[in-house]
Amino acid sequence: MKWHFENGQPIYLQIVSQMKMAVIRGQYPPGSRIPSVRDLAMEAGVNPNTVQRALSVLEDEQLIVTQRTAGKSITEDNERILALRRSTSKEILDECITRLEAIGLTHDEIAASISAYIKNGKDTTNEQNHLP
Amino acid sequence: MNRITCHDLTKKYGSKTALDHLNLSLESGKIVGLLGPNGSGKTTLIKLACRLLQPTSGEILINGQKPGKASKASIAYLPDRDFLPDYMRVSQLISYYADFFRDFDQERAHNLLSSLDIDEKMQLKRLSKGNREKTQLVLTMSRQAEIYILDEPIAGVDPAARDFILRTIIGNYEKNALVLISTHLIADVEPLLDEILFLKTGKIVLSGNAEEIRTEHGMSIDQLFREEFEC
Repeated sequence: MKWHFENGQPIYLQIVSQMKMAVIRGQYPPGSRIPSVRDLAMEAGVNPNTVQRALSVLEDEQLIVTQRTAGKSITEDNERILALRRSTSKEILDECITRLEAIGLTHDEIAASISAYIKNGKDTTNEQNHLP
Repeated sequence: MNRITCHDLTKKYGSKTALDHLNLSLESGKIVGLLGPNGSGKTTLIKLACRLLQPTSGEILINGQKPGKASKASIAYLPDRDFLPDYMRVSQLISYYADFFRDFDQERAHNLLSSLDIDEKMQLKRLSKGNREKTQLVLTMSRQAEIYILDEPIAGVDPAARDFILRTIIGNYEKNALVLISTHLIADVEPLLDEILFLKTGKIVLSGNAEEIRTEHGMSIDQLFREEFEC
């Protein structure tokens, strides 16, 4: 998978969130094996200890499991993955709504522009958005 | 285990102080970035570790001992300039390394070179600059050493070669080894580092865990040095 790192935030946390996105997108299906720490580190171009730290966070959150013989793999617990999908979509919505509120939109206006956006696609202009 | 330890390590060139009472210890299993602007003492520290220079005062210890025959066998050192006889073919350099270093893994060297499409029949001087630097790195990283010291391994090569070099380092160092990478190109090596050691005019201005420093200052180490240390 493709990795991209931003400044200012610990790299292990960025690995955690990018791995989560890969699980939600199905790039790592339930039960699939995760590459070794060294291989992941090479792929992402980061320190193996940093990858190790990210994987233990994901293990604490029960998204990945360690089999004694087969290394690490994604959980087969679909409910856990659905819960991750829900919490991630809520985080994205939180951020989006907060920013729209910050530029003065009411909840009705936000709801109207979201449905207009979905109906008309990404090219929706402001007029079509029903905004004053 | 401490791989490199310095006690009040000082090196003067005439009246100019290159390293000023340096105290540090670097552990096994870590990738450490030796950072700092040109002329800050990075290469002097490396040459003292490799016993190419003698301290003016203080001491440097490699695996707890003064640099000597044993430390030279345990350090895989990549100098910051061309250092191999350039009339030799790549295949000859592989046997040359195998003769010199007991820990040299010939098979690893062949595999890395073929993944790079470097023709082993070529003379070193006929290779492009990027391929010459990659060949030198491959020879260094094909040793199963306790300490890898890489002096400016990515200076002067294109971004794709840089990427290959960094991945080769990550993929090939021994698990309990110390990797010391010196560079002034902080942004490129930053994701690789466990710890940093930042030198300026022969003194340590900042050292510690890379992730903690990023978290504490809320910016990359590269930004931190541009903004706060103006280098």
